[in-house]
Amino acid sequence: MSAGPLIAARSIAMRFGSVIALSGVSFDVAPGEVHCLLGDNGAGKSTLIKILSGVHQPSEGELFVDGEQALFQNPRDALDRGIATVFQDLAMIPLMSVARNFFLGREPVRRLGPILMLDGDRAADVTRDEMKKMGITLRDPGQPVGTLSGGERQCVAIARAVYFGARVLILDEPTSALGVTQTAIVLKCIDEVRSRGLGVIFITHNVRHALQVGDRFTVLNRGQTLECRTKGEVTADELQALMSGSVSA
Amino acid sequence: MSAPPDNSVDAERPAPKPAVVSSFLQIAKRPELGAVGGLLVVTLFFLFTADPAMFTAAGLMNWMSPAAQLGILAVGAALLMIAGEFDLSIGSMVAFAGFVFGAILIVWQAPLSVAILLTLAFAISIGALNAHIVLKTGLPSFIVTLALLFILRGLSLVGLKWATGGSTQLRGIRESVADSWLLPLFSGDVSGIPVELLWFAAVAAVGAFVLARTRFGNWILASGGDAEAARKSGVPVADVKATLFIVMACCAALVGILTVLDSGSTDARRGFQKEFEAIIAAVIGGCLLTGGFGSVVGAFFGSIIFGMVVIGLTYTRIDLDWYQVFLGAMLLIAVLFNNFVRKRVAGERS
Repeated sequence: MSAGPLIAARSIAMRFGSVIALSGVSFDVAPGEVHCLLGDNGAGKSTLIKILSGVHQPSEGELFVDGEQALFQNPRDALDRGIATVFQDLAMIPLMSVARNFFLGREPVRRLGPILMLDGDRAADVTRDEMKKMGITLRDPGQPVGTLSGGERQCVAIARAVYFGARVLILDEPTSALGVTQTAIVLKCIDEVRSRGLGVIFITHNVRHALQVGDRFTVLNRGQTLECRTKGEVTADELQALMSGSVSA
Repeated sequence: MSAPPDNSVDAERPAPKPAVVSSFLQIAKRPELGAVGGLLVVTLFFLFTADPAMFTAAGLMNWMSPAAQLGILAVGAALLMIAGEFDLSIGSMVAFAGFVFGAILIVWQAPLSVAILLTLAFAISIGALNAHIVLKTGLPSFIVTLALLFILRGLSLVGLKWATGGSTQLRGIRESVADSWLLPLFSGDVSGIPVELLWFAAVAAVGAFVLARTRFGNWILASGGDAEAARKSGVPVADVKATLFIVMACCAALVGILTVLDSGSTDARRGFQKEFEAIIAAVIGGCLLTGGFGSVVGAFFGSIIFGMVVIGLTYTRIDLDWYQVFLGAMLLIAVLFNNFVRKRVAGERS
């Protein structure tokens, strides 16, 4: 990688009381790179992304953003530095329109005399354009999110994070509940985000999904980084074996 | 479709979604369509069965008055329901606000402006109390405001007896405000149109604008649709709900003030069961009981349907006791219809 990492975690440890969730994990992502974080349930993936996104503060270890040491007190701090996380529940409201969801909490307004009005046209235009860039043609930005497919909903959440200035995108199991077609939509969307120079952290326990789009692969097991490999030097079977813990690195 | 048919390719594609889906999308964007349809049906029904006097200007005012009183409540109830909460105390709030208003005028001999301001201040504090209990405890607003329904009704009775020395009716209000400069805003009519109708139209217009065209409106929909997701997106859910509880109580106080000035007296049974009627009007207008979906415009039309049925039956030969049957049936149809729409819109395939 020519550019330095956008975000880097060094020797992160995390303890919840006597439970050790992470012990000495290092992880980073560079611009224009998809770094897959693999691991079985309970391996510590969720804890690591919660540290990267500012939900938890690590017990030990350091975080670096653009090479400078950083401390996230809360998710807002991480977001302000351009670290956006798309959690599994997507924080989207099915009965509301795609455009209203896209701008929820950050609605564009225009002034009509003393009154601030929602700028519905701009919301609809931006939503349509941003989704188009992700390869999804919306029939109507006014249609409820509930009428979109699972993959399309993921892409709305991703497009929203990118539009609002994300430089690093953390995706928490975006394909785990999806079928083959829907997964393809999401992977294409991830590819698009990478081509725009963002760093993507792709959390998954599906080796095939990871290999389809990833540049680097880190396997977590029992709170430790087992292996970091780059594309082409690792096979699905190896990753699978690392994840299940049947091979040591 | 603009693309030319190409069977060889189309055979590989998934079948296009049926046309009904797009018509549901239209309803999803315009939840008031059901209420407009209902209004058409009810209007046609009365055009054929009722005395033509019902649709003269005088007849119109006759059944639009109860519609307006209910409608002011229904607009508040719709906004609150869309945000995911109920307020069952509004019927009692009408009586309680009426008592506070009357007592300030008669017992304190205060001017109308002071009485109106203090009554609204009372309403704001009751709305804030409802909101505080619901939001701090996380208890369902249904049960919290049910308690307030009884408390406020009881307080109105006790208070009226205290103010009148034993009666549950407080009279002489019109005389006490007869020369107030504020009176024309809250009583009488403007070029033949009763002021309560103008208030109804104004409240509905502001409510509809706020819901559909402002950031706050977006937050109302989000708070009721999924409070957790809304919170994650930076929506101040608790503030939104608290504001709407207060708006709801103020709507009830406004109805209390308007009706007390209209009749010149106040009594403890005022606003009886209005909470249910307001919720019914909101549901006919397309509001979901689960929140997150609905329309102020729909509640507006729902209230008009209500007024039309209540008063319209007196213009027909139909026994008035059919009114409740009619109402229940309309509510049932509306709920079934809304539920059907919600499932389609939310993408459920059950």
